[in-house]
Amino acid sequence: MMDRRSFLKKLLSALALSGGALGGFLRGVPAWGQAKEEPAGKLWGFGVSVDKCIGCARCVVACKTENNVPKEPFFYRTWVERYMIPRTGEAVVTNIHTGLAPEEEIPSRPIFRSFFVPKLCNQCAHPPCVQVCPVGATFSTDDGVVLVNDKTCIGCRYCIQACPYGARYLHPATDTADKCTFCYHRLDRELLPACVEVCPTQARVIGDLNSPASPMTRFKRMNKIFVLKPNLNTEPKVLYANIDGEVR
Amino acid sequence: MNPAMLEKLREILPHITGYIYPNEIEVHWGLLIVVYPYITGIVAGAFILASLVKVFNVKEVQPLYRLALLTALAFLLVAPLSLVSHLGHPFRAYEIFLTPQTSSAMAMFGFVYAWYLMVVLLVEIWFDYRKDMIVWGQEEKGVMKHVHRVLSLFSKDTSEEALRFDNRALKVITIIGIPSAFLLHGYVGFIFGSIKANPWWSSVLMPIVFLFSAIVSGIALVILLYMFIYPMMGGKIDMKCVDKGMSFLFYAVIVDFSLEFVDFIHRIYQSEEEIKILGELVMNKIFFSLVIVQVLMGMLFPLGILSAIKIFRRFRESEELRKMLYFVSLILIQGGIFATRWNVVIGGQMFSKSFRGLTTYKMEFGGIEGLLYTLALLALPLVILAVFLKVLPPWKEFAKAPRETEA
Repeated sequence: MMDRRSFLKKLLSALALSGGALGGFLRGVPAWGQAKEEPAGKLWGFGVSVDKCIGCARCVVACKTENNVPKEPFFYRTWVERYMIPRTGEAVVTNIHTGLAPEEEIPSRPIFRSFFVPKLCNQCAHPPCVQVCPVGATFSTDDGVVLVNDKTCIGCRYCIQACPYGARYLHPATDTADKCTFCYHRLDRELLPACVEVCPTQARVIGDLNSPASPMTRFKRMNKIFVLKPNLNTEPKVLYANIDGEVR
Repeated sequence: MNPAMLEKLREILPHITGYIYPNEIEVHWGLLIVVYPYITGIVAGAFILASLVKVFNVKEVQPLYRLALLTALAFLLVAPLSLVSHLGHPFRAYEIFLTPQTSSAMAMFGFVYAWYLMVVLLVEIWFDYRKDMIVWGQEEKGVMKHVHRVLSLFSKDTSEEALRFDNRALKVITIIGIPSAFLLHGYVGFIFGSIKANPWWSSVLMPIVFLFSAIVSGIALVILLYMFIYPMMGGKIDMKCVDKGMSFLFYAVIVDFSLEFVDFIHRIYQSEEEIKILGELVMNKIFFSLVIVQVLMGMLFPLGILSAIKIFRRFRESEELRKMLYFVSLILIQGGIFATRWNVVIGGQMFSKSFRGLTTYKMEFGGIEGLLYTLALLALPLVILAVFLKVLPPWKEFAKAPRETEA
């Protein structure tokens, strides 16, 4: 026969044990149970007004400086294309360089119309780069930005092949894939991306696509919107206003 | 930062035509990635040839059976080397096994590879050689005795029943092996075929084209090796076997050619957005490797030779003439398949995804991405095969008195 004292002792230790086990189990339950209750978070989007871009390429320089992108003209997180539409024949496209590569020659044919198109990672909703990365080093954040973890990237370059926009390169210093992050480190501190901050004509806008009062919402309301290569179903979050059909 | 690499990129700048995205100047997958599908193709093809004997009971090619298996194994062991050497961080390669991304075709490489190596090739070779290894382990002296005993995993049972079990096991493994070989190389084709960003690669036919070119290169290489090694070991080439093998090769080349032709016609007829730049790519950048080496010399010319042998009696009667013509066709076919890999891998990266311009590929000589290293990689399987032939002689007639073997 068990006495009351030892019965209570055993009961208490059994409760403590099972409680500990239960607590441990609950801790292991992933956060999705709670996350569902929270309101929809941020979803970063980017707007480019082609008509406003003057091709000064300050954004390119700012980006390279901010993000330690090599200065040489083979590595870009963002770049600016110059389109020259002649009266007849094919459009002539060049990359606006920043003094490090010889400027391409401007054709002698009469140019009808000319414009500049800033390019950057499209932060696709269905990113092919994330799909193909063999080790999960490149991933989409909850707020819609595609990032690369340079600690786990093995440098196989499959993501570079899979990106339809040529937005990725292999960083020669780290031997890992690199690309535009919307300056995620700056967004985190409520700062604008470097390219947006320096753009003298506000051709570049960034904002929360989920918020009813963000610059992106206004951008979408005020402009006719187009995305690059819509046929590939990547659903870019970089939206272009007043873009020409020539742009690919 | 590597100044040599920047210098190399600067050298490419004047060769760019039209407009390419600025990150596209460098061809990211070079010679090493050309070698990878070439080698896995040989593995799959050699295995399919071996399975002709076991599953489809083609008795004539029996002398090729063990050689095909050993060739497949030798090449399979080297296949990952070219991939790992190419990585920016080779020492992180194990991450593919630890944290594979299930949506990535490339992440599945480790598993497909391990399956093929462990479950198919090693087991098949073990069961096929088990009895011989036991016998060798008993009869031989010195180091080889122990090598064979260890390789036979110390099994000793040579009873009728055990041998029957070996045979049954072989049959089952080969039946599993055929879809596995299809999987291995079809999967390599899928790595390229599933890239929707690249119209030169993105095609449902890609895995199938890869598969048939794999069968072509595998059969061709095994016959070539047989024609080299067997006389070297003092045997007389069994022409019935070579004729039969070449006959299979002939049909495989026809299927391969037809598939690529269908793909070509389909692209031209559909004439989508990218057709113009792909036309420029073919005409300006890979005309020699595609039209001359791959199609004319690698397919049509050998097909002509092999048809002539089938049609004209003169060729059928003279063994020496046939041998020589076979030899020429086999070399041409190998070259053609290597060019096929080149045109897919390098060709697919020479045009811009803006479809407005072309870059160029400059092959290096030294260094890890260079020609020398690639040649070493291609020679390595032959060295491994030479060791295999020594340890596991494929032909019983020489097994008792093994001579110098070289590949």
